[in-house]
Amino acid sequence: MSVAVSIRDLEFRYADGPFCLRVDSLQIEAGARVGLVGPSGSGKTTLLQLVSGIELPQRGRIDVGELSVTSLTDAERRRFRIRRVGSVFQEFELLDYLDVLDNILLPYRIHGALQLDDGVRDRAIALAESTGIGDLQNRGVRRLSQGERQRVAICRALLPQPELLLADEPTGNLDPKSKDVVFDLLLQHASREGATLIAATHDHGLLDRFERVVDLASFVAEAGA
Amino acid sequence: MNRLYLAWRYLRHQRAKTTILVASMTLILYLPLALQILVDRTARDLRRRADETPLVVGARGGALDLVLRALYFEGEVPAPTDMAQVDRIRRGGLADPVPLHLRFRVGAQPVVGTTLDYFEFRRLRVAEGQWFGILGECVLGDSAARELGVATGGSVVTSPENVFDLAGVYPLKLKVAGVLEPTHGPDDGAVFVDVRTAWVIAGIGHGHQDLATADEQALLRRENGSATANASLVHYNEITREQAHEFHFHGDPAKFPVTAILAVARDSKSRTILSGQYLKRDEPCQILRPSQVVEEVVAKVVRIRGYVVVAVGLVSLGTLMTSVLVFLLSIRLRRREIETMRKIGCSRGTVASLVVWEILIVLLTGALLAGVLAAITGSFATPLLRGLLV
Repeated sequence: MSVAVSIRDLEFRYADGPFCLRVDSLQIEAGARVGLVGPSGSGKTTLLQLVSGIELPQRGRIDVGELSVTSLTDAERRRFRIRRVGSVFQEFELLDYLDVLDNILLPYRIHGALQLDDGVRDRAIALAESTGIGDLQNRGVRRLSQGERQRVAICRALLPQPELLLADEPTGNLDPKSKDVVFDLLLQHASREGATLIAATHDHGLLDRFERVVDLASFVAEAGA
Repeated sequence: MNRLYLAWRYLRHQRAKTTILVASMTLILYLPLALQILVDRTARDLRRRADETPLVVGARGGALDLVLRALYFEGEVPAPTDMAQVDRIRRGGLADPVPLHLRFRVGAQPVVGTTLDYFEFRRLRVAEGQWFGILGECVLGDSAARELGVATGGSVVTSPENVFDLAGVYPLKLKVAGVLEPTHGPDDGAVFVDVRTAWVIAGIGHGHQDLATADEQALLRRENGSATANASLVHYNEITREQAHEFHFHGDPAKFPVTAILAVARDSKSRTILSGQYLKRDEPCQILRPSQVVEEVVAKVVRIRGYVVVAVGLVSLGTLMTSVLVFLLSIRLRRREIETMRKIGCSRGTVASLVVWEILIVLLTGALLAGVLAAITGSFATPLLRGLLV
């Protein structure tokens, strides 16, 4: 099986704190469903941001497929993120002034690497329908429930058909019922699109749904207060 | 287009903020623009009418009042001169005099007592009906007809100057003989009558029952071929063809009042000579070149505009700085949104361009509204500023 994400000799520190994340070696296979666990401050979010190229490590190498993310320029990393990575954030991070459909289409509106056309629009609508928010397309996101908002965020991450799906506490703000529904949707769509899913979570109830669980506590050399 | 769309959606979502910003931009752009248009158009219109009017003769007094009244039928009524001055100009042979009696009104419309020469001089044409032919007939300017709601064949009644003055001017019913073609100038709003009709309104001429045939009860006495009537004698407040011959004037026609005289000089030499005739110290009249008087007014207005522009500029600068501050603060408030976009793959340049689009939309909308308001202001410019001047 080919490797989707390869991390070697990684060391990362924030400029303004003692936190340090060290990962000697981590290989994630293409199409895998991987859970990242660890206590708060263990670096789950940081690792996801390093993989997606939002942050750059002081040392080490991260490869996504054949691409060395750590060697890319800032513009190339943005292009890589928009085309090949779908991100789902814990607090959804939707734009209040856009309706559901426009939030799903947002990646296509903010980067020239993705071309918005009727086909993309149809796909966005189909995604919204398949996640149960098809009838909310024109509704402002502030009028949605937490579960509905996270579905919008999932659709937004899936629309560019990324090969890598990164989810940071995707069920952290959801009630137990919504949590299961949203997580199932995430897994289903990741499988259907053939994407590799890496999800950071502190919810141990979800761990048996992953093919593999990585405990970040073992990688952290020093954790800040 | 995507960035424009996102900027538009954001501004639409922030309706209150956007409305305030657009209103501020509109004011910033509108005020100096409107001032410019207001002054330019007014100056242009004032100059055009003044340039078309070579000389104005009237009683000594305020030059501006005389010119504004003679040209635009607005402002204070200057002290009258008399028909002797009209005859003087005519006899002199240097200019053709056109008398103007400008004291009365029909509602808000000025009554202009003049002769048919005025219409020829101003190149006015009748759109419907005909010129006034007998006493008591009038010709309405285009907008006067609309304001008064009458057409040819209808009638209008002059307004009393003071309802409590029993010895004052009584209303006279005027028959509308015709309506002028629009000129887009002061003539549009006027009610033109023969100058003799104006004197009838003034009470210098009047009509009543023939004393020879009047009821004896209307007479105080009859002796030596003359009759003295009492107050019951019927006075006419309308002049019809049937009783027009019973209207007559008392007094010396040379002393009959006129407000101003337009002196249409034969040539520039005649104009100069005629002007010189009014330079004597004991001369009861003044002769004015409207263009000179108007130019003085325009110069004052332009000077005032300069001060106002500076004041408006300072206010606009303050408003602009506040608007910039609002945008900068909004960027701080939108840090989370910007961070989300960055995490998805958006560049700082794209974020900046979104803000630029937002500013452009606000600016362009403000400019558009300011343009529309300025255009509306422009159409009212001349009457508006002239109203302020008089």
